Amino acid sequence: MQNPYYPYPVRIDEIFTETEDKTLKTFKFVFLDPEDEERFAYQPGQFAELSIPGMGEIPIGIASSPTEKGFVKFTVFKTGKVTNYLHSMKEGDIMGIRGPLGNAFPWETLEGKNIVIIGGGFAFTTLRSSIVHMIDPANREKFKDIHVIYGARSPGMLLYKDELESWAEREDLNMHITVDGTDDPDWKHHTGFVPAVTEQESPNADDDTYAIVCGPPIMIKFTQPVLDNLGFKHDHILMSLENRMKCGIGMCGHCNIGEKLVCKDGPVFTLAQLNEMPKEY
Amino acid sequence: MKIVQIDKSQWTSGIEKLKEAYRVFAPVKNDLFHDFKALEKDEAPDFNFQNTRLSPKSIVYPQSEILFRYSLDRESEEYGILKEDVKEKTPKAVIGIRPCDAYSFILVKRNFDTPEYKDPYWLEEYQKSTFIGMACNNPHPTCFCTSAGSGPFNEEGLDALVVDDGDHYLGKLLTEKGEKLFSAAGWTTEAEASAESRIEELKAEAESKMTSRVGTDNLKNQKMLDLYEAPFWEEIAFSCINCGTCTYVCPTCWCFDIQDETSGKSGVRIRNWDSCMFPLFTLHASGHNPRGNKVDRVRQRFMHKLKYYVDKYDNGIQCTGCGRCVRMCPVNIDIRRVCNMMNSYDPESCVCEVTSA
Amino acid sequence: MTSYTEKIQEAAKRLLKEGKVDMVIGFRRGSVPMMNQPHYVKSAEEAEALIWDSHCGLNLANYLTDREDKVGIVAKGCDSRNIANHIVENKINREQVYIIGVPCTGMVDRHKLPKMVEGDIIEVAEDGDAITVKTVNGDTKNFNKADVLQQNCADCSHRNPVIYDEMIADPVEEQTDTDMFASVREIEAMSPDEKWDYFEDLISSCIRCYACRNACPLCYCPLCFVDESDPQWVGKSQDPIDVRTFHWLRAYHCAGRCTDCGACERVCPMGIKIREFTKKLNKDCYELYGWEAGLTTEERPPLDTYRPNDPEDFIK
Repeated sequence: MQNPYYPYPVRIDEIFTETEDKTLKTFKFVFLDPEDEERFAYQPGQFAELSIPGMGEIPIGIASSPTEKGFVKFTVFKTGKVTNYLHSMKEGDIMGIRGPLGNAFPWETLEGKNIVIIGGGFAFTTLRSSIVHMIDPANREKFKDIHVIYGARSPGMLLYKDELESWAEREDLNMHITVDGTDDPDWKHHTGFVPAVTEQESPNADDDTYAIVCGPPIMIKFTQPVLDNLGFKHDHILMSLENRMKCGIGMCGHCNIGEKLVCKDGPVFTLAQLNEMPKEY
Repeated sequence: MKIVQIDKSQWTSGIEKLKEAYRVFAPVKNDLFHDFKALEKDEAPDFNFQNTRLSPKSIVYPQSEILFRYSLDRESEEYGILKEDVKEKTPKAVIGIRPCDAYSFILVKRNFDTPEYKDPYWLEEYQKSTFIGMACNNPHPTCFCTSAGSGPFNEEGLDALVVDDGDHYLGKLLTEKGEKLFSAAGWTTEAEASAESRIEELKAEAESKMTSRVGTDNLKNQKMLDLYEAPFWEEIAFSCINCGTCTYVCPTCWCFDIQDETSGKSGVRIRNWDSCMFPLFTLHASGHNPRGNKVDRVRQRFMHKLKYYVDKYDNGIQCTGCGRCVRMCPVNIDIRRVCNMMNSYDPESCVCEVTSA
Repeated sequence: MTSYTEKIQEAAKRLLKEGKVDMVIGFRRGSVPMMNQPHYVKSAEEAEALIWDSHCGLNLANYLTDREDKVGIVAKGCDSRNIANHIVENKINREQVYIIGVPCTGMVDRHKLPKMVEGDIIEVAEDGDAITVKTVNGDTKNFNKADVLQQNCADCSHRNPVIYDEMIADPVEEQTDTDMFASVREIEAMSPDEKWDYFEDLISSCIRCYACRNACPLCYCPLCFVDESDPQWVGKSQDPIDVRTFHWLRAYHCAGRCTDCGACERVCPMGIKIREFTKKLNKDCYELYGWEAGLTTEERPPLDTYRPNDPEDFIK
């Protein structure tokens, strides 16, 4: 029987510090066995368990897109026992990855639609995966208008800064970058909270427009009424939940919300589904 | 269906014989209580019990189980590579398990055996175990298996059902595994033709002795959010001390935690039983805890067992009525009472039936 | 003690009607023999559910920590000492609690009584000091309460509440000829190997459910040392080293604070005699510092304070 607790061995190929306070780093992993990369075929929105023997495992959203070959990328925030250790690891170190886990964004449904992506802070990782996937030449035609609203506390706290700039220059993407506040006189993007920028910049909703929202609970709380005003129906709003996970495969019971398991039935849920679930998240 | 007759002396000698081919687990008396134990050579089991204190789930799903071993020796080639722990291959014979406990494995299997993922540790242990049940002629006042989809003579999950008929046992063979085990034990004497109706007679007698009845027929119809927001949870949760006793003694509780434990240059990835009663169960690394309050946790336990599972699998509650949590809860929170309240709750009038048990 | 029921109900009704408290914490009738359930009532009507008998062994002071409302609480001798402890340790204000004092004649040992009868117990009735036990096979057996008491009750020398707002009955005579530390002395007399074996055996059946810790009024740390993950001091499996660490360290955290209420032993599903650890530490505090926990709200426990003439012969 295949053992779903067994990770694929990987090597850390590159570590990039994303934020000025050094709490977020992007890790680029290469599979030791190239066939494992095929077995790890994933879709944007999914996550994986990063496994460090001697320390433990952590569930992290996949930041790279399946259109990027030869590696997988994860952006990890330094907060607890395992993440602290991961941040101290070096390029060349060996560890493990289990996955891909969870459901992805519903790409089949999203084809032919307008997409509005709203992200805050370091929840932007799977949104990067989604954006890179959509703007890839092989995929761009499958989607209509794409709007992205992404905010962080300050310019130094934005993720993927170089890519953000290149996306802002694209014709086929409406990129709206915002920060809560900045002293930088050369800052050329928005200043203001994500819900406010969403109100300004998002198109009105119709049957063909879907919103993908990922961010800290406070951002989600204040974005909700904005989306309602814009006319987004609750089954057209997609959210990615976080929860305490251990196994990632729906067995240990830690992540249940009502009868759903965030690691297996989620982490992507529509707001309509969340309205039917107990508010335990 | 083949029924054999086993003299009480044949029963004892047969169990000893089984030790040649199986690891035999049977109830053994330990001070006041009985618990399932792997019998040593010449160690005799004691079937003079109503049910064991701890459930036999630990035979298939031990409290602590090593998943992998690893080396943290940087000089070694094996550094950082996880190696699956090698488990013993000898088949297990579980003798004297009560029908409620055997049925509980069926409920738990739904969690560990899914179309997308299969837990090799739990499934392999389950598949190599043969379950020989002992029917309950005298249910305990706290037993309510007949309200929970099981019964004192229930056959689901069993490979054979043994019934105590005074000076001998009647053994009803239910599966090939059961037949194989009975052959190995030498229990092959066919019973008289009246045996089948005798078993039915004893079954009816046992079922009539059940004093605990719990309402479960309306749980499916109740709206989940109505039950979730019902006003009675504060009162139910007040005495709870959030220990893990109910979840640890319960045969249908399966939550676990995975940890790495290192000693020197090597270590193990181990999984331990965990409990939704513990405050840390849902604690995020950020410090946020969706079930930070005791009421949330107590509500979660009963909603999971009596509503979420009902909705998810459409096949009854996640409880077999064994009564262990009722007997062992240190503050006497009674699931029978809570189930009746949930079953009879009317959200319009906010009224529910409150029984003493 | 069953006559106390009416008095407790009366007191609770009065307090709630007069608005002196927001709720009264007591016990209600349990659904299995020898058990009663901690329960709160918020109205005079609900107060009819409160009862008192010799199965009220849990320590209700456990439900007081960090409360913000005004509560009435039914407290026997040991419970009241824990309330005094809570006040000293700032876990509740004196003004918030209205203590309904209950002079106690002891609780029935629910682990011991089943060993003294054949078959499962279906009912335990009491009439003064006469305990009548009915089993599932229809047999009845009578006992004298003194023969079936919890050990800590048999040894108790503080049966009357030490702090209270009203007493619902006359004080009972305190037992003066008991020796709380008799079993500790037996263990102290053992050789190191014998002691090791004794304690190994004592906690060998521990399933790490933490009922003992959670039932104890003293254990109120927001994050217990066994749950700490960074660094992780104690493993979560049944490795004997981890089990020992949990029990021994917990006992040390209770030193000088434990009132020997016996809740820990009562709640243990495996029947472990957990008080063997805490009693030793209580003995040390008594002999070294003349201290018994919870007898006053005016002084702090000895491990909390320093006095110039504290015994120091352990510093060599």
